[in-house]
This record gives sequence, structure tokens and C-alpha cells, in this order.
Amino acid sequence: MADLSANGAITGSNVAVTPLSTTDGRSLKTALAAAQSRAKRRALLLVLPLLLFILISFVLPIGQMLLRSVHNDAFSANMPVLSAWFDENPGKAPDEAAYSALVSDLRQARADKTAGLIGTRVNYDLAGSRSMFTAAARKAPELEPPYRDAVLAINADWGNPALWQAMRSASTPYTANFYLAALDMTRDPQGNIVRVEESRRIYVSHFVKTFVFSGVITAICLILAYPVAHMLATLPLGKSNLLMILVLLPFWTSLLVRTTSWMVLLQEQGVVNNALVATGTVDPANRLSMMYNQTGTVIAMVHILLPFMILPLYAVMRPIKPHYVRAARSLGASSWTAFRQVYLPQTLPGIGAGALLVFILAVGYYITPALVGGASGQMISNFIAYHMQSSLNWSMAAALAAILLAAVLLLYWLYDRLVGIDNIKLG
Amino acid sequence: MSTATAARINPEDDVKDSFVSFERVQKSYDGETLVVKDLNLTIAKGEFLTMLGPSGSGKTTCLMMLAGFETATSGEILLAGRPINSVPPHKRGIGMVFQNYALFPHMTVGENLAFPLKVRGLGKAERDAKIVRALDMVQMGRLVNRRPAQMSGGQQQRIALARALVFDPQLVLMDEPLGALDKQLREHMQFEIKRLHEELGITVVYVTHDQGEALTMSDRVAVFNDGRIQQLAPPAELYERPVNSFVAQFIGENNKLPGRIEALGQGVATVRLVTGELIDATPVNITAAGQETLVSIRPERIEFKPEMMPAGAHRIGAQVLDVIYMGDVLRVRMKVAGSEDFVMKCRNTLGQRRFKPGELVEIGWHPEDARALDPI
Repeated sequence: MADLSANGAITGSNVAVTPLSTTDGRSLKTALAAAQSRAKRRALLLVLPLLLFILISFVLPIGQMLLRSVHNDAFSANMPVLSAWFDENPGKAPDEAAYSALVSDLRQARADKTAGLIGTRVNYDLAGSRSMFTAAARKAPELEPPYRDAVLAINADWGNPALWQAMRSASTPYTANFYLAALDMTRDPQGNIVRVEESRRIYVSHFVKTFVFSGVITAICLILAYPVAHMLATLPLGKSNLLMILVLLPFWTSLLVRTTSWMVLLQEQGVVNNALVATGTVDPANRLSMMYNQTGTVIAMVHILLPFMILPLYAVMRPIKPHYVRAARSLGASSWTAFRQVYLPQTLPGIGAGALLVFILAVGYYITPALVGGASGQMISNFIAYHMQSSLNWSMAAALAAILLAAVLLLYWLYDRLVGIDNIKLG
Repeated sequence: MSTATAARINPEDDVKDSFVSFERVQKSYDGETLVVKDLNLTIAKGEFLTMLGPSGSGKTTCLMMLAGFETATSGEILLAGRPINSVPPHKRGIGMVFQNYALFPHMTVGENLAFPLKVRGLGKAERDAKIVRALDMVQMGRLVNRRPAQMSGGQQQRIALARALVFDPQLVLMDEPLGALDKQLREHMQFEIKRLHEELGITVVYVTHDQGEALTMSDRVAVFNDGRIQQLAPPAELYERPVNSFVAQFIGENNKLPGRIEALGQGVATVRLVTGELIDATPVNITAAGQETLVSIRPERIEFKPEMMPAGAHRIGAQVLDVIYMGDVLRVRMKVAGSEDFVMKCRNTLGQRRFKPGELVEIGWHPEDARALDPI
């Protein structure tokens, strides 16, 4: 203010003292703020439909999924009496009161036709127990005390401590058991967390496999895409547009068509093998098996995900003028040094964006591994689909998906720490 | 003397200590048309040579061939007596300043300057000393940690200059380095570059299409057109004694009166203008009477005050068409001998006569200032 008034005639020393106001006497500052906030509110109305859409189609389902992975009340809601007994007697072996509660709940379950639901829930933790619940519920109305003996008479397995452990853990609606299962772990009858037996450990190895696969696919995509993107970026616009259409062509073709055409090409009696046999490169007796295994999955997924690597690389390379490399050369750098120290660092944002995009897409890819993966080419997404569609263990599917999500977020965080997320450039 | 200049297209005459030379160099991109036609040029050590010409005249191609980014289709380029046609650009040891600065955007100023030193395997202490010296040379020492994007165009250009000089090259090429700067900054940088050239004793090959820049900075200027050097001469000679109509037109403002040679004598030609007047002119690249010619006269060599008229001046009637006030000079466009874009420049002095459109006036010039050139 001091130097403003010192400026002289126009500003004058008393102008700075009187606050500015509108013609009707309101403070100008408040009037401006009010006008601006009205404009902001109107602008917000324009994006409101999208916000609502994202909320309904993205935030809610993911929240629901995350909740489902730790919450399942199929048992606790339909077996209230037994659940209450578990609450009151922590760690206690089942006595006559427990069996009595069990029978009373089973009678109610028969009336409500919920025995199947209950059995399914316990079945997640202890395979083969679903039929015990349905069978016991059918006979529950005729049972006489003492209930312990009566129930054991239906099926001696009702005395199995593992079953009671499973029921106890199912009696609270919130449980971490699905996460334990997703990490190939379980609780022993004493409630300790242990790894499941060797032959049943499937998820951890498939998580590892999924990430290794995705890494390999990302690396291959980068190696293939980098020269192509560079060529597109340096060609005259007319020619590069034509080639860009070829790059984008796969986007306009159905994913299924592309995947099945790979099946036609790569199967044992397929085009590639036939050509190799015809030229004598491969012995007819042992044709290459490139389909229904990891090779097929990698080839088909690289093909499908390649444009996602080319496009960000192209977007970053296009504005890099050739005079940078020329300058480096004139300063004494060999072409390799010029590439490594001048060109490559300038394309890092594109590499980062492309790699992150391809990797995240690959980690969650489902259709292609399902069609061409065979037994060895399955990824974790196929297990999620299996639990969603076949075993109907949605909580398990949700737990697997949540672990996948967490791993991707972790990678994203790591990337941010190492490269910086503001260095990403998609176009 | 003026007739002798016509033969000076061949540069070999006045260069003793040749540092760079182009020998019968030709360049064609498509195999059909030659962009550079039979270029012979010798540049002395320590010389400031400018390649001047309109775009597409082949000057940048020549520079790129010297830098090693283009290969000559035929002919030889020698650097310090050594043929360099097959030497890759990074082994030529030539500093280069680009039009768009070409500072590496992911490196700081210091890293940019360290780059040529690192690839040459210099140690850190030696590098730092050279960087400090180079930055001081362009008065940019305080910007060592800035990134190119955080600097103004003028600052970036200074850094680019420092980077091209930091590894002590003997030859520095500049490809329209000041093209992107505003007028004031450009003039300042011209002075800076000239100062560095003199202080360091380096050889500079400078490409520009700005004739003012070429005249103020160079020891010699090579005017390019159509893939050939039209004239290679020091600035004053280029301006005052252009050897053909292209050079006369391209350098500075120029009046041209079309006519036909009536008689050709020793150092003087009589020209009949299209309106029938006979004037005397200095013959430059005409050979015989009867030829068509363009007589070229510089606007500032035209006089209208009888008392200032040089002895032996040729006088002719003119009609004022309009006057443009340019501050330091008044630019009077008039109709002379049928030509309507004849321009006279008079200094804007106190009491200078103010012409009105339509006014009739007698103007004149010395026959030595009227140069009979080839018709274009």
C-alpha cells in the first residue's frame, strides 16, 4: 500500500484506506465472491450427471465389492440362536446347549427354506458341509432331546471340531477368512492362522503368475511399440496418419474375433504350425504347442494391448524435434549416447504412461486367458470369474479382486514415488 | 575498379589460410534437382562468414553438410585440410547453435553444458571450470541450476551459445540463431556474438536470411540463390558494388530502371531508358551494346538539392507519388522514367523539405552509383 500511494497523483493516499464498494453500497469484495460462487455452482450443475454416473456405476459397486469381501451374514442372520451361543461361550467346545441351539435354528431354517444358504456359507470354510446342513434341516422337526446324540445320529461328522470352528467363524458377519483363503491360508481347529495343505495352494502362485505375466507382456509391448511409435512420430503427417489407422484397426475389431483368429493361427493344426511343417522347419511329429498355454496367452495379449503402449509413446515422441538429437550429435555424442541421454529421457513420461496402462489392463485381463490360456495360462482374473459365475462364492471373488486392486494401487504408489505421477503423459 | 569486382565470384583469390573448404560440392535430395550446384568456397581460420539467401537457396543445406547431418552428393568438404565427407557429426568437433536453441529440456543449464564435456570424458573438476568460464562468457553464471523452460528466449540463446563454445571448438556453425528473438534483443545478441568471435578467435559460419544481420556481423558474406553463391564479398562491397541484379535486389533497398545499352565504353555505359532518356551508368555484368539491362541505384545516393548535387551528376525529372515518414528518414516514392516504385531517401533533418504528392522535382545521382546489371 505504501508504495502504491507513493506512486502519486492518481492513486492518492486516501484511496487505499476506503474499502471499495458497489454502487448500492455493498462491499465489492463480498459482491465479487458471491457472483463467482454462483458461477461455480452453475458450472458444477453441468458435471453433476457425470458425477452421479460415476458414483452409481463405479464407486458404489466397488464399495459393495469391498464390503462383500469382509461381510457375509448368511449364517449369522439365519442361525441367530447358535450365533448367540457362540458369542456367549468363546472358545468352548459344543455342549448340549449348543446342539439345542443348532436344532432350534435348523427347524427355523427348514421353515424359512434357508438351510442351503447357511450350508453354502459354512461350505466356503469347510468343503462338503453344505449337504449336512440341508440333510439335518430336513430331519430337524422330528428330533428329540438330547439333541447332541440325535444330531450325531444323523451324521457323525457333526461332532467334527473343524465344522464347529467353521460355524463359529461364520457366526460373525464380518470376517477376514475370505482374505485368508485368497492368500492360501486358513484357521486350524484351534483358530490359529496356518497355510493350507500344499495341494490346495492355488491363489498365491496365480497372483505371482499374473504379475509376472503382466510384466513380461508390458516389456514385450514396450520393445515392440517403441520403434513403431518413433517411426510414426518422425514420418510426415499424411503417412503417419495412414499407419496410425493400422495401429488402431485392432481397436475396431471385436476382441473375440481377434482372440479366435489367434486360435486359428496358433493351434497345433493351425496356420503357423502348418507353414512351419511345410517349410520343414518343424518336424510333423512334434508340432509347436502355442495355444492353450502361457505362450498363447502372452502372444494374444501383447497383440491386444500393443496400441495402449504405442499411443502414449507416440503422443510424447511427436513433439520431440529432431534437432535435439542433432544438437547432441554436434556436441560429440555418438548416436547411441544421443539416444540414451537425450531422446530416451524425453520419452520417459510416455513409457511410464504406456507401461502403467498396459500393466494394469493385463493384470485384470479375463477373456483372452480364458479362451487361449488352457490350464497353464490362467490368470487370477479367471479365478475371480469362476467364483462369480460357478462357485457363487462372491465374497471370495471380492477378496481376490480387492487384493488385486490393492496390489495395483501399491504399484501405482511405487511408480509415483520413483518416477512421479505428474510425469505421466497420455497425449 | 568496379569492373574488377565482377570477376571476384571466385573466392580463392583473397583467402590464404584456408580452414574450411567446399570443393565442387553438389547436393540433391531427390536425385532429380540439385539444391546445391557446384559450390566452391574457402573459409579462412578466424573468419566470420555468413551464408545469406532466401529460403530454399541452399544455404542451410550447405551448413548441414558441413555439420555432417547431410552428405554431399558429390564433391569434397575439407576441414583443416582433412576431407570430412565420411566423418560422422560427433567426431567433427564442430560447435553448433540451432535456430530453436535445442537445449535439452530434461537437463539444467549446468547439465546441458556438461554434456559435450562428459561425452569427451573430462573429469568433474575440469568440467566445472569450463562450464563456469563458458557461462561467464555469456554473462549467465547465475542460471546454472535453471531448466530451459524457466528461461526467456534470449537467455536460452545465450546458454545455447555457451554450450556450443564450452568444448573449445575451432569452428562454430550458427543456423539462424537469432530468428526467434525480438528486434532489440536480436541486435544486442549480434553484438555479443561478434564480441565472442573476436575474443575467442574462432571461425564462425553463420546462416541467416536477414541481410541486416549479415552486413553488421560478417567479415565476408556469401549470397546464395538457386543453389549457387551469387557473390562472396565483404559487407561494404556487397552493398555498394553488387555484381548482379539478384544481389542488388536482395541486399538493401534498390531502385531499378529498365533500359537498353546504347554504347559500352571503358568503365562507362550509355543506357537508353524505356522513356527515351539517355543516362550514363557503370557497367557490371553486361558485355555488349544492344543488351537489355536494369540500372540499379541505391535510394540514399539520390539527391534533389541543386547545391548538393555531385559533380557530373545525371539529372532527371521526377513526380512525387507519396511520402512515408520513417522517423530517421523520409522515404519518398516517385515516378521516374516510367517506373513508379522509384524511392529516394532523405535524412529527417531540421528544415528538411517536405514533399507533397504530385509535386514535380528534379533529382540526380552520380553515374558511378548507377550500376548497369543483367535484367532478371
